[in-house]
Amino acid sequence: MRAFTYERAKDPVAAARAVAARPGAKFIAGGTNLLDLMKIEVETPTHLVDVQDLGFNKIEATPEGGLRIGALVTNTDLASDARVRRDYGVLTRAIVAGASGQLRNKATTAGNLLQRTRCPYFYDTNMACNKRAPGSGCAAIGGVSRQLGVIGVSDACIATFPGDMAVAMRVLDATIETVDATGARRAIPIAEFHRLWGEHPETDTVLHSGELITAITLPRPIGGRHIYEKVRDRASYAYALVSVAAVIQPDSTGRVAFGGVAPRPWRVEAAEAMLPKGAAAVTALAFKGATPTKDNAFKLTLATRALASVIAQAKVTPA
Amino acid sequence: MSASSDWAISRRGVLGAGAATAAVAVAPAMAAAQNPAKTMEAPKMPVTLKINGQDHTLTLDPRTTLLDTLREHLHLTGTKKGCDHGQCGACTVIVNGRRINSCLSLAVMHEGHQVTTIEGLGKPGALHPMQAAFVKHDGYQCGYCTPGQICSAVAVLDEIKRGVPSHVQADLMTAPTPGNMELRERMSGNICRCGAYSNIAEAIAEVAGSPA
Repeated sequence: MRAFTYERAKDPVAAARAVAARPGAKFIAGGTNLLDLMKIEVETPTHLVDVQDLGFNKIEATPEGGLRIGALVTNTDLASDARVRRDYGVLTRAIVAGASGQLRNKATTAGNLLQRTRCPYFYDTNMACNKRAPGSGCAAIGGVSRQLGVIGVSDACIATFPGDMAVAMRVLDATIETVDATGARRAIPIAEFHRLWGEHPETDTVLHSGELITAITLPRPIGGRHIYEKVRDRASYAYALVSVAAVIQPDSTGRVAFGGVAPRPWRVEAAEAMLPKGAAAVTALAFKGATPTKDNAFKLTLATRALASVIAQAKVTPA
Repeated sequence: MSASSDWAISRRGVLGAGAATAAVAVAPAMAAAQNPAKTMEAPKMPVTLKINGQDHTLTLDPRTTLLDTLREHLHLTGTKKGCDHGQCGACTVIVNGRRINSCLSLAVMHEGHQVTTIEGLGKPGALHPMQAAFVKHDGYQCGYCTPGQICSAVAVLDEIKRGVPSHVQADLMTAPTPGNMELRERMSGNICRCGAYSNIAEAIAEVAGSPA
């Protein structure tokens, strides 16, 4: 691990200023992904600004009837919250499908959104990777790409966003609230938060340098049957090959987003409108224009079957 | 007795070295060779941790993980370094009542926090019930993952009591119970290379008072 200096921020704008003012500075909260990457020098911050004292660790009701989740609420605490379990079950289901108990106790809500890809070529510093070393190429294209992306990827990068929580937040239409070094605040719909790689896979999100996530808000509950179906190589503690977050209403309409397939939670509203016609009708539209490799083309079939399973579960035990 | 404990120490040394080698083999290639200009030092920082009920004030390089603080600076070597990447769970300790991977946390992030390690759970002659149950059910072979398994298991039972949900829970609005599938799911962050899982599950189930 490279050497770095460390400070504890006392207020959000000061934290944002501390990071914006120093190239190479980063925020640290739970640290479970950042420290892992620092150990192998994929991440090499020169200064860490620890945000744990900023008080963003509460989940509060909003005047609109939704929830405001503090950026520092741990994954365990978010999944355990009685309001989340009752009204946003897909979110609890997605969180407990990810990582391990130890990691969920430490990882934060904002950190989960900001976690980096688990593409093995991003981790292997002997390999070309445009995300880790811009311009070096992509060893994953033409490499072993079974786990990697099938849609929304580019000629520069075929990595996926690896998380589960964000896939559920995408069907719940979450909004990410931030503050920057000038004190300016903005609210970013989760649909616009994670970038498609294009020519610049080194940048994962639309956040500016020093912009700090303060909270994630959920709109008022929409009812329906909440399901998170995750298909993976082990029954526990593994990343998704394909996951499906869904909220299915009694009339068979609903919302659906896919994980493990793209640079961001993959939701196509025109495709989910086909839900009453069945899984194949949805995925035909949702994955139109997909560019799978020979290793990961199975994900397209798997996505249809995983969604079919979700639709069947919703019929057996409706909301 | 002294001969047998000498043997135990050397056996552990060998096992530790073996695990470290295995960790290097599974970890992604190290980047040190590509980054020759990496050895700048950052100023050391003071940190006070309450470990097993006792305050310890140390001055540490900010890079020092909680795991290395316990092992290298305080010689609490019960907590083990397996993969050093949060994948194996050998380094599991309980911080402010929650189990975490001590390898993926910096000591300076834990100023004033209360840390419980395997040494703080019980002592020879006064074992924690979970330690006693692991002995009774033979919940290990080589023993390297055992401190992490036991710290994790103690925290798992507390999580079930507090109603923390899990992936295998059928109904999110019903309180979880410590059945076999629940224990296995909740313990999935602790890897046992010897494959003592069945006995580990039995040990935990006995402490939980549920059939394995």
